[in-house]
Amino acid sequence: MSTSHPPLLELSDLRVAPVADDGSVGKEILKGISLTLRAGTVHALMGRNGSGKSTLSAVLMGHPKFRVTGGSMKYLGEDLTGIPVHERARKGLFLCFQYPMALPGVGVAQFLRQSVKGVRGADVPSKEFRPLVKKHLEALGIPQTFMTRYVNDGFSGGEKKRMEMLHMLLLEPRLAILDEVDSGLDVDALKVVAESINRLRSPERGQLLVTHYQRILDYVVPDEVHVLLDGEIVRSGAADLAREVESRGYEWLAKGAA
Amino acid sequence: MTPDNGPTPAETAAAERTASEARDIGGDYDRKYGFHDDESAYDFKSKKGLDHAIVEMISRYKKEPEWMRERRHAALDVFLAKPMPRWGNSKLLDDIDFANIHYYVRASERQGKTWEEVPEQVKKTFDRLGIPEAERKFLAGVTAQYESEVVYHSIREDLDKLGVVFTDMDTGLREHEEIVRRHWGTVIPSEDNKFSALNTAVWSGGSFVYVPKGVKVEIPLQAYFRINTENMGQFERTLIIADEGSQVHYIEGCTAPTYSSDSLHSAVVELIAMPGSKIRYTTIQNWSKNVYNLVTKRAVAHAGARVEWIDGNLGSKLTMKYPAVYLVGERAHAEILSVAFSGKDQHQDAGSKVVHVAPNTTSVVTSKSISKDGGRGTYRGLVKVHKGAKGAKVNVKCDALILDAASRSDTYPTMEVDEKKVAVEHEATVSKVGDEQLFFLMSRGLTEEEATLLIVNGFIEPFTKELPMEYAVELNRLIQLEMEGSVG
Repeated sequence: MSTSHPPLLELSDLRVAPVADDGSVGKEILKGISLTLRAGTVHALMGRNGSGKSTLSAVLMGHPKFRVTGGSMKYLGEDLTGIPVHERARKGLFLCFQYPMALPGVGVAQFLRQSVKGVRGADVPSKEFRPLVKKHLEALGIPQTFMTRYVNDGFSGGEKKRMEMLHMLLLEPRLAILDEVDSGLDVDALKVVAESINRLRSPERGQLLVTHYQRILDYVVPDEVHVLLDGEIVRSGAADLAREVESRGYEWLAKGAA
Repeated sequence: MTPDNGPTPAETAAAERTASEARDIGGDYDRKYGFHDDESAYDFKSKKGLDHAIVEMISRYKKEPEWMRERRHAALDVFLAKPMPRWGNSKLLDDIDFANIHYYVRASERQGKTWEEVPEQVKKTFDRLGIPEAERKFLAGVTAQYESEVVYHSIREDLDKLGVVFTDMDTGLREHEEIVRRHWGTVIPSEDNKFSALNTAVWSGGSFVYVPKGVKVEIPLQAYFRINTENMGQFERTLIIADEGSQVHYIEGCTAPTYSSDSLHSAVVELIAMPGSKIRYTTIQNWSKNVYNLVTKRAVAHAGARVEWIDGNLGSKLTMKYPAVYLVGERAHAEILSVAFSGKDQHQDAGSKVVHVAPNTTSVVTSKSISKDGGRGTYRGLVKVHKGAKGAKVNVKCDALILDAASRSDTYPTMEVDEKKVAVEHEATVSKVGDEQLFFLMSRGLTEEEATLLIVNGFIEPFTKELPMEYAVELNRLIQLEMEGSVG
């Protein structure tokens, strides 16, 4: 890809703080993040709990509980700040939730159909939607009856992640942000999730994998790895950085560590 | 019943605003539903106000038997003597001006037997309500209450063959006087409450259904009820009798036309489920937002019978309605599933009443309430288990969904259990549409409005799935109308 095109995602000194219910802005969680994710690449963002990984995922998608306090986050050259959540989805962003919401009474088929309609801006004919869903269900090892259940209602951890993958594959997002997609999965489920992400890889698309563990990166090999510590990227590198983190932990990367 | 704590200052202010806002609400409905009849088309309307002369006139006009005329007069005395209830929403109840209501209006001279005979004006109204063509074909017999009179009524041939009676109450009284006389007013006597007395005095229209022994009516019997004249009260009277081992599903659906001032709707519905029979009664109530909907609905279930109230309330200014089942025979079962949607300046005071008299009787009560834009939802429920109703099982579940900080939801569950060997379960939840849920849905391309509507529709899905498909679609459409422009 030519460098004259804007990158999919460009974070420049991004600073983010939480907003309380009363509107007051708290202490910065992200303290100046810069990274550039080009189309056709997978980046992994690694970090311990509390390092700000999930905050970054949420703020990219426009979560109302966070505010950009400095810097910028650009998607295809356009600053995302202030763009409503559903508009971001319609522009091709997708956030795979670590804890997807249960929606009692809302059928999986209805939800997916409405979502695809919203993102595409036009209704999807049944004759197109049904075979598409069927294909993905088979690939994900999900029975057809899944479509008649209520969204994430009474789902196991593995089922929830499969639901997220199904949704992602249907929407075919330009930029997918996957927040701890590997948490709580057994090896078989992990492989299914990894295959879904790999299936999405293409020269036009990009993925940002946010994870605590290196495990999933054996199956989805990243082009770049960033390590987040206390709201800052302390190290960036190639795929082997992830393995180094896995064997040495995070401590050695902390400020002032040798 | 638990007495209410009285109106809050906000409610008082709301009530005071009512007169001017009723006009706006009317305007809104004109836009939404776009129809208002030319009143000159009505051929008979009683003068406003209520006294024995009016009651006498109604009864004589209908050429009723002596006993019915006497019951009307006796009921009027009960109505005049009984004080207004001091619970529910006393402020709004006290606003009712009984002297300023028409107690009887007749829309056309006779009833239509075929669709062609139905007046064009009425057909237009049905069109605007969007009753689909396909649904009309499936109608077993349409009892369309237009004003105080049933104008269109056709019974499919196979119902006739089965001996099923499905007619308006006035015709029922004329043609099946013995059955009517035996059962009418036995479930809900006029002394029951002020509004059942009022209804007994001035009732007109409503349905009469009799299903003979062992007959299973496969197709729902449907009736559309409408009020359409300013300041006109509507007092339908419905009696449904399911004889031993029979089954019937009756559907009462309403949608709302245009008004400019308060209107009173006070129906009485009596269901009698003989041993081993099953009655399901489905209502979607969507009166315009200036209507008082004060309805008494009660069923008696004999041994092994099953009664189901499926009750949806969207419209009206104030609804007070507590469908009841008296379980008088062993192993009788009651199912009460209700949804109440309270928007701006609306109070839905709805609930249920189950009385376990016989052993091994069971009941399941599921109540869902949604309030938004300052609307108020109240669940008021009574479960009474008499001594001797051994092995009774009670399950009550009340869920409230509040869409904004200005809205309110209250639950007043009352349990009176006089028998030891019973299983009683009660669960109540109050939830709000949370930021996290909205964020999740919006991240998948839904607008905030679409996301909220999806959550609301999901919340009432246990109710919607019990409706025939056309009604489910209609209900979702009505809720969408209610939600429009109110979010974000």
